[in-house]
Amino acid sequence: MAEITSRKNIIEVKSLSVFYGQFQALKSVQLELQARKITALIGPSGCGKSTFLRTLNRMNDLIEGARTEGQVVFDGKNIYDPETDLLELRRRIGMVFQRPNPFPLSIFDNVVYGLRVHGQNDRRYMEERLFRSLQAVNLWEELKDRLEADALCLTGEQQQRLCIARVLAVGPEVILMDEPCSALDPTATARIEDLMYQLKEKYTIIIVTHNMQQAARVSDNTGYFLLGELVEFGQTNQIFTSPRDARTEDYITGRFG
Amino acid sequence: MARHKSGGDRLIRLSLLLVALSAISVLAIITIFIFEQGLPIMAKYGLKNFLLGQDWFPSEQSFGLLPMIVGSLLVTLGALVIGVPLGLASAIFLTEFSNRRLSGFLKPVIELLAGIPSVVYGFLGLMFLVPFIRKNFGGPGLSVLAASIILGIMILPTIISIAIDAIRAVPDSYREGSIALGATRWQTVRMVVLPAARSGLVAGIILGMGRAIGETMAVIMVAGNAADLPGSLLAPVRTLTSNIALEMAYASGEHRQALFATGVILFVIIMILNFLANLAARKQFRK
Repeated sequence: MAEITSRKNIIEVKSLSVFYGQFQALKSVQLELQARKITALIGPSGCGKSTFLRTLNRMNDLIEGARTEGQVVFDGKNIYDPETDLLELRRRIGMVFQRPNPFPLSIFDNVVYGLRVHGQNDRRYMEERLFRSLQAVNLWEELKDRLEADALCLTGEQQQRLCIARVLAVGPEVILMDEPCSALDPTATARIEDLMYQLKEKYTIIIVTHNMQQAARVSDNTGYFLLGELVEFGQTNQIFTSPRDARTEDYITGRFG
Repeated sequence: MARHKSGGDRLIRLSLLLVALSAISVLAIITIFIFEQGLPIMAKYGLKNFLLGQDWFPSEQSFGLLPMIVGSLLVTLGALVIGVPLGLASAIFLTEFSNRRLSGFLKPVIELLAGIPSVVYGFLGLMFLVPFIRKNFGGPGLSVLAASIILGIMILPTIISIAIDAIRAVPDSYREGSIALGATRWQTVRMVVLPAARSGLVAGIILGMGRAIGETMAVIMVAGNAADLPGSLLAPVRTLTSNIALEMAYASGEHRQALFATGVILFVIIMILNFLANLAARKQFRK
């Protein structure tokens, strides 16, 4: 972990624990996330990687009985401070979900949704953001002539791109992705991975994935979670070629072998 | 073996078909009966006299139903004005803003409201609401307003429980997506959840409306039942259903037929309202 210079860190997580009632889902996780890199979080089902992802934009707050200890420092401030503006936090740290979840509204209304909830109503401005967001996810050419169409009529891949565009429209700094390709076929997955590569130039991406090849392909850094514990965290290359922890090695070789 | 099985299937299919047909045939028989009894007199005195006539003196061959048509539409509209906002607000609160324990307690209580006989609502209206209106707003108390309020309360359980089902059927992924973009809970409800639940909400409102326009006993007890066009919300009013219920016991001859004609008009109005509401639901949903 020494090679990760702290100057470029955008998020620092300090002894973060999450409890669901009596159950401890995360055990004192400690890590630093680098700006404009793709960080992959891997591990078996129920290991806490999705829980961890959802602590970063405080989506875990929605779960009844969830309790968080420790700190997540983003832009110099602990987001678990009581005075944190949650709406602003979630604008700056966007999220893409496992299943594409466009709203049952038009394509246009989907993309500008975030702008509207943050009080933006200027049509010209919204159209400008719409254009840039759809452009960024390579959907503009496909959809420019049917922006008023129902978003639910799009293919799964288009829907997921639209959901990414929806996040980009509000101008986030970090994008959290919770298994964004698990509902997509392999070619669509490959194209979404290409997209992540493009987005990395401007945004910090943290992706939870079940698919280890995907983690190896797209990420710069990788964290391995097991039973709520961050077992190992480091450069993806190193994690996949010479893991330091025997448990990481078991998982990686077990899945490949 | 296969043939035997398909023979059994056919038997089941046939008997289910008969059962289904018997339910439909009851509806058909009712329809035919009402129209058979009501149409001749409408033909004899002219549809226009029934629909637009303002005088209801059945013993003098004057069968104007306009006051009752207006009365039914007024109290139904009034019931919707009171019941829809209250009902939707309750449903939204119970599904989106209350914790599981509170809504688990309140929902069965609300459903219990639907089980109270309408005569009890009428009785409560007569004892408390009517004197209250008389004292505070003037008039006889027995009025459009009283009927609207009682009906508005009576349709609440229908609207609330159907709206709750419709709102619960909206996938959580929509809510998560919205919250994760920085929306507040209320913005999420207003901009995503309600539009997504719209067709179910409209269905609940249609059923509530059907209940309001068809309700008889409670309305008779609080509406005053004068067969005149109501001049204000505080004036007494008679609905189509009340007209039938109040007079059927002693009516005979053309008077009796005119009450069936009242039924025909009620029937047609309900059909039209249902059709319009369905149309609205579909149109809005597509948009």
